Amino acid sequence: MAEKSIEIIGLTKKYGEHVAVDNLTLSIEKGEIFGLLGPNGAGKSTTILMLLGLTEVDSGSVKVCGIDTTRFPLEVKRKVGYLPEDVGFYNDYSGLQNLLYIARLNNIPVEEAQKSALETLADVGLEEVKDNKVASYSRGMRQRLGLADVLIKKPEVIILDEPTLGLDPEGVKKFLQLIVDLSRKKGITVLFSSHHLHQVQQLCDRVGIFVKGKLLAEGKISSLAEQLFSKNTFTIEGEISSPPENRTPEALQEVIDKIKGIKEVAKVELKNEHFVVESKKDISPEVSRLLVNSGYGLAYLSKKKYGLDDIYHQYFQEEK
Amino acid sequence: MKNNVFQAVKLKLTAIKIPKLQLPDAPLPIFKNGSLGNDGRLTLSPFKAMVKKEVSDHIRNWRFIILFALITLACLGTLFSTLNDGMKALVTDSSDNNFFFLNLFTKSDGSLPPYFVFVGFLGPLFGISLGFDAISSEQNKGTLSRILAQPIPRDSILNAKFLAGIIVISVMLFSLSFLVLGAGLVAIGIPPTAEEFMRIMVYTVLSIVYVSFWLNLSILFSVRFRQPATSALLGIAVWLFFTLFYPMIANLIIKGYEPSKFASPRAIYFYEKLKFYLVQIMPNELFDEITSAILVPSVRSLGPLTMEQLHGAIPSSLPLGQSVLLVWPQFTGLLSLTLLCFLLSYMLFMKREIRSRG
Repeated sequence: MAEKSIEIIGLTKKYGEHVAVDNLTLSIEKGEIFGLLGPNGAGKSTTILMLLGLTEVDSGSVKVCGIDTTRFPLEVKRKVGYLPEDVGFYNDYSGLQNLLYIARLNNIPVEEAQKSALETLADVGLEEVKDNKVASYSRGMRQRLGLADVLIKKPEVIILDEPTLGLDPEGVKKFLQLIVDLSRKKGITVLFSSHHLHQVQQLCDRVGIFVKGKLLAEGKISSLAEQLFSKNTFTIEGEISSPPENRTPEALQEVIDKIKGIKEVAKVELKNEHFVVESKKDISPEVSRLLVNSGYGLAYLSKKKYGLDDIYHQYFQEEK
Repeated sequence: MKNNVFQAVKLKLTAIKIPKLQLPDAPLPIFKNGSLGNDGRLTLSPFKAMVKKEVSDHIRNWRFIILFALITLACLGTLFSTLNDGMKALVTDSSDNNFFFLNLFTKSDGSLPPYFVFVGFLGPLFGISLGFDAISSEQNKGTLSRILAQPIPRDSILNAKFLAGIIVISVMLFSLSFLVLGAGLVAIGIPPTAEEFMRIMVYTVLSIVYVSFWLNLSILFSVRFRQPATSALLGIAVWLFFTLFYPMIANLIIKGYEPSKFASPRAIYFYEKLKFYLVQIMPNELFDEITSAILVPSVRSLGPLTMEQLHGAIPSSLPLGQSVLLVWPQFTGLLSLTLLCFLLSYMLFMKREIRSRG
């Protein structure tokens, strides 16, 4: 898997004083589904625009399918399908006509365009409404037509900018499933940006977290947690239930010290009977054994797993 | 000698440059061979598709239909008023010229202004209405980024808009000219002379250039301003400024220089020159001069003439070639204004960041 679909090195974009994208380096392999995750205004869209040569690059280089975007934007656009955020269509034309127009712009001969337009419309499930004017389409249908638009040129890479914005949960699910299926079937690289954690979590092979123009972390979601929370990946929360006579601070402190004695434990916090243990490995059996052996009861003990939510919040806290 | 050296250097430079310039093009045919055809004919077809779409959009547009109806009605109205009353208007002062057909375009019985006034007046409106939302509407609909994500050069969207506008304008103006010509043919019963026919064709072509100036100006505004209403109003404002306010301002300035009755001929000449040059900046004035020189063959000069220059001239009409020569500066000015607008829209558009709607 040495083949890189997208290679970004040291990409920077400034708007006046404001740095929208700051020295971004990122590479995406062929056939991968990559999620670009970040809050609004993080520079996701700007990065995508630079990938397509729709805005000037201040410094750094962008290569898509091995082609330099700044120098050969047309070649890149031939291979990349881009679905802009909040895509628009010619409302007076039917879905099919809109699609055919894009096919013509891609220099697909008329007969072939007709054929593949119908196929693509079937793929995205718009067969029945293909002759209706786009003005009558619902948001979900427009989005699917946008996907058809992207697919008709048979791209090697698809770039979707906030594709699920404004869709209802069911629509989101279907739409994303459609993308995944198509990508897997045809081996298309997919890059998509979103600020919805859960969608990204569901379908991406890898994600990159993007805040204020910087890529803070990238990788598989499981490994992301490790990157972000440096060493102490495992966190155990629990509450000690103990007879009142044992509940002196000194006694509790003693227990805590014992827990600290376990190998791999990095940090223990105690607040009344509630404690939080951070460690490099899963040590919940040791902790519970230790507590019980010391004559304490355990009200509850829970392992905390990091999802993207936590990753996200962690970052926002840092930013603040 | 110096020139020769310069040219030699220039030649060398181009000789070096040519292979360099072709380098970026080199990968192109490879990709084309791979997937989509292999000849140059096909590369033009996306552009053709765009122009086709723009033209059909214009023609189906209510805005166009209304304006076209308006201009056609005005044109028919003048035609009837000209041909009314046994064509008195046509023949009244034609003692010195026999250009009946040209009179169809320039004379009327007074109840309605003649054809050329309508074209001069409604043409700008037509140009503005075709172009004022060319780019901004695509942007507001969110289609611009979708189109530009396709493998087409960025300028082809501007070129397609412009070319489609010109095609529509040409078709309209030519059909109106032929309409007037045909109606005149039926009514008068004499076919136009070759000279008259050529004059009318030249006039039509030049009026296309005039309308395309306004088209370009409004495309420029549509590139610059996000709101179509802003660019439409600005287009109309420029038009009003040139038809109403600029002449007033020019008048004020000229008044200040008005020489007395006993001023030297030099002062009078300067005054006349000033009067002439001050209005040369107005596109509508340029077009008026073009119209009068082309459609009225007896017009010999557009600026002031001294008595010496007139001395010995035979009062007769000019041949077409001379008339065209007469308006060549005006035509060049109009064309350069058009190109200037086009250039500015290019500069604004090519480096611009294309966001989906914002």
